[in-house]
Amino acid sequence: MAVTAPHLAVDPIACQAHGLCAELLPGVVTLDEWGYPILPAGPVPPALRAAARRAVNACPVLALRLATD
Amino acid sequence: MTCAEPLNDTGRLLSGAAPGLAAHRARYGPAPVLGGPGELVALVTAAGLRGRGGSGFPTARKIAAVAAASRRPVVVVNACESEPASAKDATLLRHAPRLVLDGALVAARALGADTVVLCVHRGTPLVGWLRAEVAARTGDGVAWQVAEVPRRYVASEASALTRFLTTGEARPAAKPPRPERRGVRRRPTLVDNAETLAHLALIARYGPGWYRSVGTAGDPGTTLVTVGGAVARPGVYEIALGTPVGAVLARAGGPTAELSATLVGGYAGTWVTDPGTPLTHDPAGRYGATVGAGVLVALPAAACGIAETARILGYLADESAGQCGPCAFGLPAVADDLARLAAGRPDPDLHDRLVRRVGVIAGRGACAHPTGAVRLAGSVRHAFAADVRAHLSGRPCRPHPPVLPLPAPHERDRTWQ
Amino acid sequence: MAVVTALWYFARGTGVVSLLLLTGTMLLGLLGPLRVSSDGWPRFVLGGLHRNLSLLVVAFLGIHVASSVVDTYAGIGWLDAVVPFGSVYRPVWLGLGAVAFDLLLALVVTSLLRRRIGHRPWRVLHWLAYACWPVAVVHAWGTGTDAGHGWVFLLTLVCVAAVAVAVAVRAVLGPRRRARAERPDPVGTTANRPVAYPRGVAGRRGAAS
Repeated sequence: MAVTAPHLAVDPIACQAHGLCAELLPGVVTLDEWGYPILPAGPVPPALRAAARRAVNACPVLALRLATD
Repeated sequence: MTCAEPLNDTGRLLSGAAPGLAAHRARYGPAPVLGGPGELVALVTAAGLRGRGGSGFPTARKIAAVAAASRRPVVVVNACESEPASAKDATLLRHAPRLVLDGALVAARALGADTVVLCVHRGTPLVGWLRAEVAARTGDGVAWQVAEVPRRYVASEASALTRFLTTGEARPAAKPPRPERRGVRRRPTLVDNAETLAHLALIARYGPGWYRSVGTAGDPGTTLVTVGGAVARPGVYEIALGTPVGAVLARAGGPTAELSATLVGGYAGTWVTDPGTPLTHDPAGRYGATVGAGVLVALPAAACGIAETARILGYLADESAGQCGPCAFGLPAVADDLARLAAGRPDPDLHDRLVRRVGVIAGRGACAHPTGAVRLAGSVRHAFAADVRAHLSGRPCRPHPPVLPLPAPHERDRTWQ
Repeated sequence: MAVVTALWYFARGTGVVSLLLLTGTMLLGLLGPLRVSSDGWPRFVLGGLHRNLSLLVVAFLGIHVASSVVDTYAGIGWLDAVVPFGSVYRPVWLGLGAVAFDLLLALVVTSLLRRRIGHRPWRVLHWLAYACWPVAVVHAWGTGTDAGHGWVFLLTLVCVAAVAVAVAVRAVLGPRRRARAERPDPVGTTANRPVAYPRGVAGRRGAAS
């Protein structure tokens, strides 16, 4: 099994629209008009990995994750 | 794998009606016993069977995922039929219930499952009969159960069913893990539509070659469709996959009025204007229509497709489990936009806002409910382009009695338990 | 001037600072979920501050405990810092300090392992904060030899008042479960709307808005 590069994923049930992910990944994660994140598809570019990890750790409800599946 | 009396190619399920278990056994013999999960996966892969609940997901991949898990699996038969315009699962259970049970048994035995749960909507007239039928089925080597699920649109989504059977709460769960890996009581769970399993029973008897003899290469076999709206003989029909929309309407006696479009798939489906659009689980036609849950509703030109869609979106918004923001907030917003449009009371931003909302909601729920709802909403733009323009210029729609059916309030549960 | 006296003052000083920092942590923790933020103070900064302040509290408490133990005047042992009510010197008041310290350590450790614990168990455990802070205040009040008068008394009062107000605000507004639903006024033709989620008042529109 090839190890795929991680991509951002959100548990939409857990997500409470705190919006920290959009603050920490401006221009990457945008919020819809109700405050819920719209995530880019595809693997996170290496340059953004650290910021993505920070966003994942900052999520108050742990809804954001870096997924490899 | 021989059959003395080959089944009619387009009447596989509904011609299989048998009055009792003895007659059923006389016609089909006992449910075939396969060697194990590997043989089942190989058989279903060769047949190319796809799920009949709406998504058309390859059944073999689901089975393989269940077989790959280490714990003893559970098989769940989904006969809830939450689509208000659909009657195919109820018809199948009335005409050929034992095919459904045989299919579940074939899968359960091959996977080593010890429990099969039949899920139907609470209060379905069939419940008593089903309980008696499964009580009579001893010696199958599996424990049969019948579960009554709240009558709500998303309560019969696969993860909602496994969650209901585990915790009593029939709302969709976050994935991963999918039910195939962790479902009922954390055990790997095969959730299949009742019709899918009936096809599986026949595939196990007559083989993948027989199954593939009708249908398309990518989506072989027959499927049950519920035809309604402005047709002469509304009802449930069995058609070869790949049959064009127009031909199916003709089977139902043809249109009784000039049609503006046909709703295809269900309330998570698409408005289709081209009668040549083939019905399979692969997106077809200009706007990617699929046969979905097998619903076709012919809309007379005198009715307004936008008003109909607005009404359905209001229902779908109301049926949201309210768990995911884009669904809980997005669907009421889209429903309001459509209602304003249908009323001919648009604000200047309405068109762009509706397009944006439809685009932004898809794919962002834990289940496919919001995605399906905005698919239907979005298809309005293409199917009723002239009406959209008229309504945007402030012209309200013509009054017409509702065409698309909705369950009556007393047929809808408000609880998730 | 004896080293002993310096240590005693040091222990008291770090104790007061710890209480202030802990109060700050408490306030940020209480008000964070209300989704208050601005351009200059985005949510993640407030969250980071809450986290870093709590770590700072642990550091100051380390010094507070160490200086209290090293100072031989009161005869406090190392064990007394974590095992409550065993000390010879003011066993109850000191014991409450040990309780607060233990609770704080539990809060910090579970928060650092939040991803492993899972959100819900972590949230339940984090209710311990409501026990940790009052116990710490009572400890400060009872043990602190100079807590009963002067500016330390005032400071403690201010802390209590601030947290009381924050708790009241939090209790009234509640943690905002959902962002504001910005949709037009409903038109009559649609079905009933979900009632589970009230339209809130403190929604956020975006990172830079």
